[in-house]
Amino acid sequence: MTTCAKPEDNAATPAGAPGSAFLSVRDLYVHFSTEDGIVKAVDGLSFDLERGRTLGIVGESGSGKSVTGLSVLGLHDPMHTETRGEILLDGQEMTGAGEKTLEKLRGNKVAMIFQDSLTALSPYYTIGRQICEPYRKHTGASRRAAWARAVELLGRVGIPQPKLRAHDYPHQFSGGMRQRAMIAMALVCDPELLIADEPTTALDVTVQAQILDLLSDLQQEFGSAIILITHDLGVVANTADELLVMYAGRAVERGTVSEVLRAPQHPYTWGLLTSMPRLESDVSEALTPIPGAPPSLLATPTGCPFHPRCGYPAEVGGTRCEDERPLIGPGRGSACHLSAGQKRSLFIEQIKPRLG
Amino acid sequence: MATPEGILPSPRDDAAPAAAGEALLSAEGLTKHFPILGGFPFRRKVGAVQAVDGIDLTVRAGESFGLVGESGCGKSTTGRLLTRLLEPTAGRITYRGEDITHANRKQLAPIRSEIQMIFQDPYSSLNPRQTVGTIISGPMEINGLNPPGGRERRVRELLETVGLNPEHYNRFPHEFSGGQRQRIGVARALALEPRLIVADEPVSALDVSIQAQVVNLLQELQRELGIAFLFIAHDLAVVRHFSQRVAVMYLGKVVEVGDRDSIYRRPRHPYTHALLSAVPEAALTDADEEGGGRERIRLAGDVPSPVSPPSGCRFRTRCWKARERCAESEPLLVRVAGNRVGHLTACHFPEDPTTAADAREEAVVLDPALRGVRQPSSPSGV
Amino acid sequence: MLRFLVRRSLGALVIIFLICAITFFLFFALPSEPALLACGKNCGDPALIEQINRNLGLHEPVPVQFWHYVVGIFAGRDMEVGNCPAPCLGYSFNDSQPVWETILDRYPTTLSLAFGGAAVFLVTGVAIGMIAAARRGTATDKFFSSLSLIGNSLQIYFIGVIAMWLFVDTWGVFDRPEYFPLTENPAKWFGGMLLPWLVLSIIFIANYSRMTRSQMIEQLNEEHVRTARAKGMSGRTVFFRYAWRGAIAPIVTIVGIDLGSLFGGAMITEFTFTLHGLGRLAVNSVTENDLPMLMGVMLFSCTAIVIANIVVDALYAYIDPRVRLS
Repeated sequence: MTTCAKPEDNAATPAGAPGSAFLSVRDLYVHFSTEDGIVKAVDGLSFDLERGRTLGIVGESGSGKSVTGLSVLGLHDPMHTETRGEILLDGQEMTGAGEKTLEKLRGNKVAMIFQDSLTALSPYYTIGRQICEPYRKHTGASRRAAWARAVELLGRVGIPQPKLRAHDYPHQFSGGMRQRAMIAMALVCDPELLIADEPTTALDVTVQAQILDLLSDLQQEFGSAIILITHDLGVVANTADELLVMYAGRAVERGTVSEVLRAPQHPYTWGLLTSMPRLESDVSEALTPIPGAPPSLLATPTGCPFHPRCGYPAEVGGTRCEDERPLIGPGRGSACHLSAGQKRSLFIEQIKPRLG
Repeated sequence: MATPEGILPSPRDDAAPAAAGEALLSAEGLTKHFPILGGFPFRRKVGAVQAVDGIDLTVRAGESFGLVGESGCGKSTTGRLLTRLLEPTAGRITYRGEDITHANRKQLAPIRSEIQMIFQDPYSSLNPRQTVGTIISGPMEINGLNPPGGRERRVRELLETVGLNPEHYNRFPHEFSGGQRQRIGVARALALEPRLIVADEPVSALDVSIQAQVVNLLQELQRELGIAFLFIAHDLAVVRHFSQRVAVMYLGKVVEVGDRDSIYRRPRHPYTHALLSAVPEAALTDADEEGGGRERIRLAGDVPSPVSPPSGCRFRTRCWKARERCAESEPLLVRVAGNRVGHLTACHFPEDPTTAADAREEAVVLDPALRGVRQPSSPSGV
Repeated sequence: MLRFLVRRSLGALVIIFLICAITFFLFFALPSEPALLACGKNCGDPALIEQINRNLGLHEPVPVQFWHYVVGIFAGRDMEVGNCPAPCLGYSFNDSQPVWETILDRYPTTLSLAFGGAAVFLVTGVAIGMIAAARRGTATDKFFSSLSLIGNSLQIYFIGVIAMWLFVDTWGVFDRPEYFPLTENPAKWFGGMLLPWLVLSIIFIANYSRMTRSQMIEQLNEEHVRTARAKGMSGRTVFFRYAWRGAIAPIVTIVGIDLGSLFGGAMITEFTFTLHGLGRLAVNSVTENDLPMLMGVMLFSCTAIVIANIVVDALYAYIDPRVRLS
């Protein structure tokens, strides 16, 4: 099996050296200029991801989670987008990289899976051809070798009769099969980083379970790092190692999955957990929704963007939540002015009992 | 949502109020086949999509009845049949004892006001050119209803009931967020003081934090106004939270129906069981953390086409328990041994009545074939 | 595919038949007396008019006439004027020539005008649209947008006359528009048709460039185009392979309709450049109450439009596998 040729210009950086993350995002700002003004889709985001690990990015619509994924690949329209900050992929700077450099990385070292496999695959070309294309481009393989590789991968992701099905068009596949095909397309060049943007949102639960299993299996086999972008805490709970909760373009909480889900620190994370019914929760207990609606990214609230919907500015005291933007450091932490002790006691006394 | 006393419209106080628990809307052998046209040289019916195929169900007055299943199982079609937005191919629909299966427009008019619908997409189910006031008073106008104090006052009351500012009477839908738009849809449904609301995926287009707001609102309406709900959704946890009785559909059939507890704690149909085990949940307790606890069943493959569903039991092609008998005869929806009253299962080889909850605690794997749970090696589960 | 074509052709026959019937009956609903036109000076003589009516077959009830007409198309028919072989569309009231032959005589002009014009406006219009889409928002895009707006508001009879005056009469850079059979002298044919093609194209170019631009922009915003970029396809591949493939389907549909109507004759262009094509024939037959000629041209144009539509549908299925395989 041929491996894809990786760009050589990063050979200088000691890849995988201890402490140096494979993907490192620092102070990322992604602003879109629209007719209504500047949309601050991502507003000062930092995170790290190690090889072979899975980072779950969780947030609601408009939290900037998908925009973050796309900006790693430089897929935003440069005409209307201002991207600032640092995205270091294996030591290589991505934000200032030219289109040619990015083209060599896309689909090769970094691949992406999208939510809606029906619209995300071209309706005009066969599945096999769409899988072949990045392989041929990045490896220079012959048509025949690329086709064989496509069939091999279709089999690998669990498409029955891959030889036949490679000749099918996307609309001839079921939703789950199409998502498998998209995964095959993403894996065709053994990417070191896989960005999955809501990969199971359009699927039914039983198929979702199949796809999540497939992703973990493949990660063990290929050793890729994965960014799993989703709105569903349940999806990341079983799949991710680390978790980043986003709100209004910023990270509000981060930590390992078990840290964040077992002892969440940020009132927004609390809100997400208490507003979701669970299969074991007490049905006589009403859900506790987060009041209000997510803010407009044209005019994000000052200070902590969550303060208009938060129940605890009084606990912090003064107008600190309105005035001062809370910071979040690397590692376990949350962007909230509450003290560590307050976070712990509020969670244990008020939130945990509601989670049953 | 705190609703001030007296703002909630009073429950219907007609001459004959439907007593709680009495059958409100029921279906027997309800069937909908969508014809497929084809053939040569002239198009004719060459087959049918068996969207709904002979289902029985009853929604009782004041209760919330949940209908769950995956896409294409026929749950939305069922909702549209029951509200007579679609014409059934066969079967019988009765509303408060009256056969409305083939009732015409005129006969349906009084019933239409008692059964209202809420839709999934709050963006497309509201006319963007009408103000909120016009949208909500629309049903009253059509039905010639003149509430005391006038329609406008009633609309303002309704806005308050659903948690919107009555001052927003003259605003247009685009000025509201997704959750608020869904509230407008709810207010419109309430305008005629319905006995039954058919809610088709009312929260699935909303963000998690907003979902809870709408679920709470609906729950309040159900409890305080005694409105019955047919709650159609694919989210098992939301249905469990909202509905006292639940029916599970698969490929146009009801495979299991019963009380919330029976269905979620003692699922007897393998499909229900698999569905429940596939729901990903945010792990929070130590038991979850150590893994093992939650049993996982992975169904292989896809749902077969409703054009030519499998013979016998429709689930058999994906069922790990399927035997010859499953292909030969269709299992009836009956109370199988070990079921509680009202819990019906359509399966020849039902799951052990051991509760799922017990299984979780004791790490019991119900089927030896599934020990270790993940189906081995093959990533596809094919 | 074959089934599809056969089914569509059957449908097309029904449509053509209906259009024929409607035209036929409408003609007789009009207060006209065709015989009066044919009789010339002797019109005072009722016997003569009677004779002419008999010659033309106008003495029979209209449905019977229609029946003879339809049968004639397939089997030929014997008329007072002589035997008319299939496909028989009758004889002109006006000059007593067989309609079919007149149409065959005029058709090459129309066909040349239509195909040549289409070639010009397709190539130019689509190219401009693609350039504008690739540079959307830039000065180039805005320049082409303004041009297309101007082009759209121009009229053929206006620019046609000016172009004739400037390019032919004053500067002499173009040949005087005239039809020469392609088979006899290709160079003269090209020279004679060039100016009409360019003038005819101007309005179409405006339309096609705008449509191509909007289709391309729509396609470039499609998710599958983003996927193609996400897998490392070059900008050129994304533009020409992924976006373009999606944009052609609607363009092909419109081309089919436009070509179909051009086959029926581009009246204004023909009049402007004094070309003798179907459009002119149609207009003349209306003004002269020449029923057989009018019917013949109608029938011919309808068939052209219907065939163009069938071809478009077939092409559409070829372009879009979702149509082909469902």
